[in-house]
Amino acid sequence: MTVPLTLLGLLEREPSHGYDLKRDYDTYFGRGKPLPFGQVYATLGRLARDGKVTGGEAEPGAGPDRKRYAITQLGAREFDAWLTQPIEPEPHLQTVLFSKVVLALMLGRPAETYLDAQRTAHLQRMRELTELKRTRGLMDALLADHGLFHLEADLRWIDVTSARLNALAEMVRDS
Amino acid sequence: MTSPNPLAPRSRGFLIEAKDICHSFGKTTALAGASLSVTGGEILAVMGPSGSGKSTLLHCLAGIFTPESGEVWFDGQRLDTLSDNKRTELRRTAFGFVFQFGQLVPELTVVDNIALPLLLNRVSRKTAYAKANAWLPRLGLSGLGARRTGELSGGEAQRVALARALVAQPKVLFADEPTGSLDTLTGEMVMDLLVSIAREEGTTVVLVTHDARVAAYADREVMVRDGTVIRRAELQADAQADAQVEVSR
Repeated sequence: MTVPLTLLGLLEREPSHGYDLKRDYDTYFGRGKPLPFGQVYATLGRLARDGKVTGGEAEPGAGPDRKRYAITQLGAREFDAWLTQPIEPEPHLQTVLFSKVVLALMLGRPAETYLDAQRTAHLQRMRELTELKRTRGLMDALLADHGLFHLEADLRWIDVTSARLNALAEMVRDS
Repeated sequence: MTSPNPLAPRSRGFLIEAKDICHSFGKTTALAGASLSVTGGEILAVMGPSGSGKSTLLHCLAGIFTPESGEVWFDGQRLDTLSDNKRTELRRTAFGFVFQFGQLVPELTVVDNIALPLLLNRVSRKTAYAKANAWLPRLGLSGLGARRTGELSGGEAQRVALARALVAQPKVLFADEPTGSLDTLTGEMVMDLLVSIAREEGTTVVLVTHDARVAAYADREVMVRDGTVIRRAELQADAQADAQVEVSR
């Protein structure tokens, strides 16, 4: 789900070839699970079809595809909307949040502001679950607890990441 | 008591308001222009990492510390410029306090501890003890009134601290990490009681916590970072403005 948006984010930085996009994706987001070339080009093809990127003329050189892709206004709007809006708070968001933070730092966006907005969204959901616990029976309370503990784990990750943003920004800039 | 100031920010419906307050301890800056407002009857959680200034903010709002600059208003009067005696009187009559460790008097009984604020307010001994005893069942402490507080469990002691903080029917309850020393379930029981009673009594609560599960009992939360308060509206506005700038590039 986040691969097309992540590629859009990488293209927001600068127009790139598919090969370069794959290399950057694997460096920052792959973490032992490289993106297959086939998926890179299929995704870029879909993004081009939907008007979110443009592929220039094929350039001479080795490799399967030497088109330089650039993000369009439509693609930039979609990426902005994704990056700036908090995600629906639910457990196991680490990968999406991680991608957002790294892309924000890469593009010089206010990663801390996005994390703060996400924290607010998480706390709102926790407030709803806590109210549910206080007003319903034990079964509902146990289910709400499950959600609360997972959201709390996300929040702890958000707090620790906030505290490490400067170091992470340096790493993203230097690599 | 000081008369309400007609120029106070009551018209905006705030019971407490801090405007750009600064406070430091030696060379360490604890608050660097913190602003905050609390509506009457609201339960507000003040969150932030260790050392962010959240406890100092609570102490300034409660008139325990006097900020070096900025203003603190409570119920129509300027708190930070009141004399020490008047602030002490205000803390005794209008504010209740709960801290991480109950800070009960271990040599006294449960009911003695609960009656203490009333006795300090010169309420008659008979009335004070009648009121203190009436709080026992509300906090699940029936039958424990004669026990010395040094013999209580952590959860029981914190419930006594809560009763002591509320017995004088304060307008505001200031709670600093009230469940910080309790296990999860006991902490939930204390928070559940705190919120239920605050709602019944119409008490405003300012709750300092680093624990998101505790903050989730509040109506609203604010984040303190590097001695300033970050507001939700500002966060959203910042994110949206940034998005618009980026899109229009």
